[in-house]
Amino acid sequence: MSVTLLFAIVLALAFAGYLLGRANASGLKAAGNSLHSIPPYHGYFVALWCGLPAFLLVLIWLAAQNTVVDRLLLAGLPSHLTEGAAPARISLMLGEIKNVAAGRIFGTPDQITIDAAARYRSLQNMASLAMVVCTLAAAVAGIAFARSRLSPDFRARNRVDGILRWLLIICSILAVLTTLGIILSLVIESLAFFSHVQVSEFLFGLSWSPQTPIRADQIASTGAFGAVPVFWGTIFISVIAMLVALPVGLFSAIYLVEYADKRVRSVVKPLLEILAGIPTIVYGFFAVLTVAPFIRDFGTSLGLSVASNSALAAGGVMGIMIIPFISSFSDDAITAVPQSMRDGAYALGATKAETIRQVLLPAALPGIVGGVLLAVSRAIGETMIVVMAAGLTATLTVNPLEGVTTVTVQIVTLLIGDTEFDSPKTLAAFGLGLVLFISTLALNILALQVVKRYRERYE
Amino acid sequence: MTMLDTTEASGMIMNKTADEAGALAKAVSTAKAGHETKIAASKVSVFYGDKQALFDVSIDIPARQVMAFIGPSGCGKSTFLRCINRMNDTIDICSVRGTIEIDGANIYDPKIDPVLLRARVGMVFQKPNPFPKSIYDNIAYGPRIHGVAKPGPAMDEIVERSLQRAALWNEVKDRLDQPGTGLSGGQQQRLCIARAIAVDPDIILMDEPCSALDPIATAKVEELIDELREQYTIVIVTHSMQQAARVSQKAAFFHLGNLIEVDETDKMFTNPSDRRTQDYITGRFG
Repeated sequence: MSVTLLFAIVLALAFAGYLLGRANASGLKAAGNSLHSIPPYHGYFVALWCGLPAFLLVLIWLAAQNTVVDRLLLAGLPSHLTEGAAPARISLMLGEIKNVAAGRIFGTPDQITIDAAARYRSLQNMASLAMVVCTLAAAVAGIAFARSRLSPDFRARNRVDGILRWLLIICSILAVLTTLGIILSLVIESLAFFSHVQVSEFLFGLSWSPQTPIRADQIASTGAFGAVPVFWGTIFISVIAMLVALPVGLFSAIYLVEYADKRVRSVVKPLLEILAGIPTIVYGFFAVLTVAPFIRDFGTSLGLSVASNSALAAGGVMGIMIIPFISSFSDDAITAVPQSMRDGAYALGATKAETIRQVLLPAALPGIVGGVLLAVSRAIGETMIVVMAAGLTATLTVNPLEGVTTVTVQIVTLLIGDTEFDSPKTLAAFGLGLVLFISTLALNILALQVVKRYRERYE
Repeated sequence: MTMLDTTEASGMIMNKTADEAGALAKAVSTAKAGHETKIAASKVSVFYGDKQALFDVSIDIPARQVMAFIGPSGCGKSTFLRCINRMNDTIDICSVRGTIEIDGANIYDPKIDPVLLRARVGMVFQKPNPFPKSIYDNIAYGPRIHGVAKPGPAMDEIVERSLQRAALWNEVKDRLDQPGTGLSGGQQQRLCIARAIAVDPDIILMDEPCSALDPIATAKVEELIDELREQYTIVIVTHSMQQAARVSQKAAFFHLGNLIEVDETDKMFTNPSDRRTQDYITGRFG
């Protein structure tokens, strides 16, 4: 029986439980009792008790089943095969058995494997059957238990509320746990990396060439994992992006809030926000096919030498991507400045530009700064545009016409193709990822603090 | 109406030197005429989009007195007040008809720059609205944008004088560099009055300046208004009859967008000539 069908049956049972609970309560009411909760709540209570435990049981079962079955399978194998074998060897063995069981047979498996495959199949079948039986039993038991609780003064409303509250708590815990899991996996792989390469060397080294094969005894002396040029590339491209996005975004926000009439605003603002909806890979095309050649040709006509993957092209296009962030945050911040500030300035005989420059912008500054910080962290983490438009060589340069590489580009190039997960080359991606994560996290926290302080000010 | 002819008065608004000459002429005329008319409005109507908020208001407001606008909420008194310094220009859908003359010059003349007009006609709002800057910069803002004084001793003097006239100097002289938003409500409102005084206006408009203040702060602001009338023409919108009686010499009663009655405050409060004024003053509506 498939899991989908099982869920359908549990849902049907829950619905039946709802009808049962409601009918029960209606019966009590008809018999002249005064109920604490209206009948549908009795129904919900029964339905939740039927559905939730069964649902959770299936999830836990599915999560645990493979491990348990593998254990049983291993225990059944002849001891000379499993005793003292490396974990990698055992997982290879298990994989072969499962392939045979699924009918994907390569070459001629030995008799032990064929027997084990047969046992694996029967174990799987048994497990599935047991799951179905247990789940349905749980559902029915849930109905029976809930039903037995029902009485005229049973507080079904409050109980349903309590159950829903737990459901919400579980969902929010799941979100937090996922984040923790991501951090943990990143940290563990990074630790593996830093056991190969010293932290100080990684953070302060000036040379980055992970492509050279490095023997374990050479790592410390080569210094090929100095991440400074890579981080410099990210910072450099982000700075170029902000140089494009900040003036354009801020000034368009000022225009939209203070000058544009309603009709212009209702057209221009959505158009500007379309920019935020363009997939970043499309920006990448734009950078590679339009902007980079344009900059190169223009530079060449001036007699400059321009790399075809110049930092200027990548940063400029990234800036265009970020414009809507800046403009919509600035828009909100300027709109939130109370009208009385404008009135105060106008009443003193200030012109519109003076009012904006000297009163509105200072008052809106915290909100604008918050938006800018979020935009910066977006720029730092941006991948697709730079993968397509920025270079691969880590150069320490301040010339925007040369190519630089970024952290995200390096992570992508380190992880694609044939990779082995115990070489420092691959693990370096996690080291980079961790530092990137920490810096964007810090920027985000800072930005949220700034925005929060600003909100408290006018409410 | 005025001793000055129209061209001279409008030139006075446009031009600083002429302004000084005008001030001199004004001083001379004051000595001769006492309370001449400062603001003369005739047939002023205001529309918000299609809705008419004010109907043909005509009123003469005397110089160096306090004129109180009273009336129930939504009667148009604030709207009319905002016509006097053309603050209504900042509202897109608002349009004004009729003429308002200040010292004989129509302020709705296309030649008049509303920005310069507002330097002559200061305004204080219902809720204190100091800028999120230091106390000093709040006061110095106006003089700075109009180029009245350069940063330095001259500006320091303007700031001190304005704060003294607004009866705030002693309370804030040791913390001029602290944010104006950190003062108490009453101090903030006096800061706003000082800010308006700093650009040396002829007229100060006050839109319910005490409605957000406690009684003690209100008393201080009222006392201040009474002192200021020696140098400035003051128009105040208020919801409080007692306040109107305490601070104003003349009063105007607005009702449903119409100006019903203008008179000496004492006379209006003791012997109003219109039934509606009497009903409002005695608390029968509004």
